[in-house]
Amino acid sequence: MSPLSTVAPPTIKKPSAVRTRMRSGARYAPTLATLVLFILMFIVGAGMYPSFLSGQVLLNLFIDNTFLIVLAVGMTFVILTGGIDLSVGAVVALSMMVTATMLQNGWNPGIVILAVLVIGGGLGLLMGLIIQYFDIQPFIVTLAGMFLARGLCYVISLESIPVTDPFFTGMAQARIPLSEELFISPGVLIALVVVGVAFFVLHHTRFGRTVYAIGGNEHSAMLMGLAVKSTKVLVYSVSGLCSAIAGILFSFYSLSGYSLAAQGMELDAIAAVVIGGTLLTGGVGYVLGSVVGVLVLGIVQTFIAYDGTLSSWWTKIVIGGLLLVFILLQRLFTRRTN
Amino acid sequence: MKSVLKNRLAWPVIALVALLAVNQIFRGDFLSLRMQDGHLYGSIIDIMRNGAPTILIALGMTLVIASRGIDLSVGAVVAIAGAASCAYIAASPEPASPATAAVAVVIAVVAGLVLGVWNGFLVSTIGVQPIIATLVLMTAGRGIAQLITDGQIVSVTNDSYKAIGAGYLFTLPISILITAVVFILAAVLTRRTALGTLIEAVGINPVASRLAGLRARNIIWIVYIFSAFCAAIAGLMISSNVTAADANNAGLYIEMDAILAVVIGGTSLAGGRYSLVGTVVGAFIIQTLTTTVYTLGIPPEVTLVFKALVVLTVCLLQAPKARNLLRNLKPASPLRTKEKVAV
Repeated sequence: MSPLSTVAPPTIKKPSAVRTRMRSGARYAPTLATLVLFILMFIVGAGMYPSFLSGQVLLNLFIDNTFLIVLAVGMTFVILTGGIDLSVGAVVALSMMVTATMLQNGWNPGIVILAVLVIGGGLGLLMGLIIQYFDIQPFIVTLAGMFLARGLCYVISLESIPVTDPFFTGMAQARIPLSEELFISPGVLIALVVVGVAFFVLHHTRFGRTVYAIGGNEHSAMLMGLAVKSTKVLVYSVSGLCSAIAGILFSFYSLSGYSLAAQGMELDAIAAVVIGGTLLTGGVGYVLGSVVGVLVLGIVQTFIAYDGTLSSWWTKIVIGGLLLVFILLQRLFTRRTN
Repeated sequence: MKSVLKNRLAWPVIALVALLAVNQIFRGDFLSLRMQDGHLYGSIIDIMRNGAPTILIALGMTLVIASRGIDLSVGAVVAIAGAASCAYIAASPEPASPATAAVAVVIAVVAGLVLGVWNGFLVSTIGVQPIIATLVLMTAGRGIAQLITDGQIVSVTNDSYKAIGAGYLFTLPISILITAVVFILAAVLTRRTALGTLIEAVGINPVASRLAGLRARNIIWIVYIFSAFCAAIAGLMISSNVTAADANNAGLYIEMDAILAVVIGGTSLAGGRYSLVGTVVGAFIIQTLTTTVYTLGIPPEVTLVFKALVVLTVCLLQAPKARNLLRNLKPASPLRTKEKVAV
């Protein structure tokens, strides 16, 4: 992995050769840089705190961030087309509120989950339709979606609603043993399935190729006869659906619904995607990169928890700093590839 | 009548007047003003006073959006400015003296200017997309503010400092006067000089404006610094109004309100044209909307749903595609009446 992450050797003089070399290298470079960073952080952590070096610490990164992984997957689709979805945090909160309220009123958990998925996917679809057919910027439409979802949360209840449904509490407490000491939660499995499906869709279906094509150059994609319009609508629906799944996973994790939950989670999701190497201009990036991005955010939090003297706000500062570094890296790569 | 309606300020002003009328109908004394202890009181004054920070930030945001940018970090700048000034006052040997308050104000403004320079640097020199460049500060900024206040809510007791957000001068709240001064400053500097046109030129086509001999970089720098400056002043107002700095909640979501005000006021998010008066009207609409929710007895938690619907309606009305759709629905009548139907 090191030869790829150090991009092209400087000896190549011919501009065309440089360009092709850069292109193939630069595509993976940001993601690989993130992976290297993650491994380095893990090694440093292990050096500083002996208990850091355990499989369970690694697995806990997944267990504590299932919802963020799913959110980042949905956000990757949107950002790959060159768009942005600011509503995801609010949709997570709305999903949690709907879950908690419906369960409180004695609905079957299966129906509740189905309803939440339909609401999330439907909200995303609605935003996608407005973005595409009225030609309004994704930024402002998803901002309105954020207000709407958050407002609906407040309308449902201002108080926190506990979840006592046996299926949900069972999912919250269930542990799947991997070996004698290692275990994961069912939520991790769900998140990994989502990642797997997203990976397959992005790389092995017509929809996925169209997503990349739109991000590369929307006009060319249209001229090639690709289904640009429906794809652009669908990515927001995918993101909405992922937000709903994340909301359910967060319910498993927190066993409550609270209208102020998941505030600013859209920023974490965007940060994870960017740190994972997806270009914000669209067209380049990987779902697996976003997963590594989430893990990096997770390890930052673990670090701060282990240190004990650092206050929680350092998380925000470090994430902001990482975001900055990766944006600058992206600038460097895109400048060279152009 | 037609020429009046053609003005792009017409619809925001109509919406504002309609909102005020609704309030007046439901509460007879809504529009009345009264003098008490030499201060002017009334719902209108309240709306202006509560809306002052949003108006200020929206003014800065207007110029940023006109240059085809966006500034998401203003909420974080509000928090940092409030945190820096309150932390200084709390730690100074004379926490109640006017001189301490003056230094605190200077510290907040300088902090704002530095943050503006930082945003401008990322956007103009490094060439990062504005949303993302300012996202960095939006994410890290609240952390920095908490770092300054050490995670606490820093309370201060300083009458001079309290005056910025809660004091009165010439019968009017000082915050309204400050906002008015900044508005006049922005209007004169951009509309009486070439600066406004230059900002619009950069917003329409940065490359073309550079080729035309314009220092597009400096223009971009100026708008981000101005935006952060406005946010810092707003941060002073917010923290002085409650005489405390709350790093977590000061100015939370204010960037959204400011962007909303700008969009409602008729400034295009695509850049290239702006209206400062429209922005002020837009900010008033948002503030009045909040008041209306209370007046009508609608539960306050519905405000956000209300806002979402207003944003969508306004955006749809501004979208050329939606207008075309409406035109096709009723081909016989002229465009203006159709917009009325939509409103």
